Amino acid sequence: MTEAVQRSGFWRATASVLRKLGFSGRGLVIAVPTLWLLLFFLIPFLVVLKISVAEPMIARPPYSPLFVRGPDGGWDIRYTFGNYAYLWQDSLYINAYISSIRIAFFSTVFALLIGYPMAYYIARSPEPKRSLLLLLIVLPFWTSFLLRVYAWIGILKTKGILNAILLKFGIISEPLIIMQTDVAVYIGIVYTYLPFMILPLYANLVKLDDALLEASADLGANPVTTFFRITLPLSLPGIVAGSMLVFIPAIGEFVIPALLGGPDTLMIGKVLWSEFFSNRDWPVASAVAIAMLVLLVIPIMLLRLAQSKQEEA
Amino acid sequence: MKRGFFLPFVAISGFLFLYIPIASLIVFSFNKSKLVTVWGGWSTKWYGELFTDPQILGAAWISLKIGVISASLATVLGTMAALVLTRFGRVRVRGLLTGMVTAPLVMPEVITGLSLLLLFVAMEALIGWPGGRGVMTIIIAHTTFCMAYVAVVVQSRLADMDDSIEEAAADLGAKPLRVFFDITLPMIAPALISGWLLSFTLSLDDLVVASFVSGPGASTLPMVIFSKVRLGVSPDINALATLIVVAVAIGITISWFFMRKKVT
Repeated sequence: MTEAVQRSGFWRATASVLRKLGFSGRGLVIAVPTLWLLLFFLIPFLVVLKISVAEPMIARPPYSPLFVRGPDGGWDIRYTFGNYAYLWQDSLYINAYISSIRIAFFSTVFALLIGYPMAYYIARSPEPKRSLLLLLIVLPFWTSFLLRVYAWIGILKTKGILNAILLKFGIISEPLIIMQTDVAVYIGIVYTYLPFMILPLYANLVKLDDALLEASADLGANPVTTFFRITLPLSLPGIVAGSMLVFIPAIGEFVIPALLGGPDTLMIGKVLWSEFFSNRDWPVASAVAIAMLVLLVIPIMLLRLAQSKQEEA
Repeated sequence: MKRGFFLPFVAISGFLFLYIPIASLIVFSFNKSKLVTVWGGWSTKWYGELFTDPQILGAAWISLKIGVISASLATVLGTMAALVLTRFGRVRVRGLLTGMVTAPLVMPEVITGLSLLLLFVAMEALIGWPGGRGVMTIIIAHTTFCMAYVAVVVQSRLADMDDSIEEAAADLGAKPLRVFFDITLPMIAPALISGWLLSFTLSLDDLVVASFVSGPGASTLPMVIFSKVRLGVSPDINALATLIVVAVAIGITISWFFMRKKVT
């Protein structure tokens, strides 16, 4: 009893101190996360947008100011679309853009082809096997992504594990050159993002009503017809959500092409990185970032749509 | 679909695909030879090398510090955001907050990193803060993207939770703050713990954002690992990976054990 009285006294005192300081608890809870995200998430994009229309300069910071004091004492706005024109004219950027879309697209297709049967298998497994398999899908998330990508170097390199095994069993006579090619990048992306494909598919397939499948079989449909007419259409939101969760991060990927790809592997994330760290051209790096964001608008909208469909179901 | 041969085969191959790389790291961390194709016998010499490498140890310490602080900040801020979105009814900033909480989850890391760095540089030119980049700017960056994950985890827990108990407490005269600490907090505690752990893992693993917002003298563990493995396989990194996998496996097993106990 006394403890309860003391505790309520403590809360009352805290609340009254805060009120005296001019805070309402409710307002504070709303304001703190909103202001944090405004300052450290939304405003940074405006800064990127601003610098993408600045000119590179040898200065600190290395770009021209947006507002310049004019001779009459007023403020002039100085901006240029030169950085965007440069991206458009230099084939390096166009190629990186197209190659990112190609790599992200085919990685997504491969991840779907591997992930769908796995998700289906897990969703149809009896408990407790199902929980265990699901745990095995999630587990790699908790180990270092960087180290898991690094593991593939030892497997794929010319004197690596894969070639050693294939040569030993006489399957190939010459070592395969996979490291530092786009193939290694595909393997890395599919490997890294496979769980992102499986989880939304699983969440969808586990809700699939057995009665529908039985009804279809009773009416004489073979399993293949049932799959294409019933299961596949019903799992469409899961397919879209999973595919976008692979496609979106793959577009901006830096670590995988940097570690597994070769000098010819062009990806927009890698270009942004080298534009910033090697060329120190901040305005062009900002323009690349804006161009990447534009590319991601439609996939992000598709993801939102699929996720809200998933929740309805 | 009938249970055939196809599904188990694909599923087993898929799991092998997910786990063989991790297994190879563990096996080769004990290989005496530096070459992956040559088995030089069992050895723990790479572990010895790992623990005497001042660069790796220093970076690990920095990363742990950043991880603990950003995970804790992200848990507080993310929980606040989740409360606003699920319990506060109609709030004027609701739409804005929803967008800002979900967008970081799908934002490519290179964009997050670049935009935050440009913000820090612009702010420094404008108001003289943050005065150089290093551990603090990394903490701010990690807190920002981790709080989005925490908000999502806590939000789904709050949405599943029956709010009639909170209403009952309020009806009986408890102030909102007291309702939160006595009723809501104990009920969402598991979500807070998993949100914290998720944030800690994400922070410990981040290379790209940290590389952008870091300054001289603040190299995190992923930054050191990346500069080492860029040049090829390095066995002491295999040893490091093995230690991380073992730590994660122990952690997951313990939490799984506790969760099972609670359910049954």
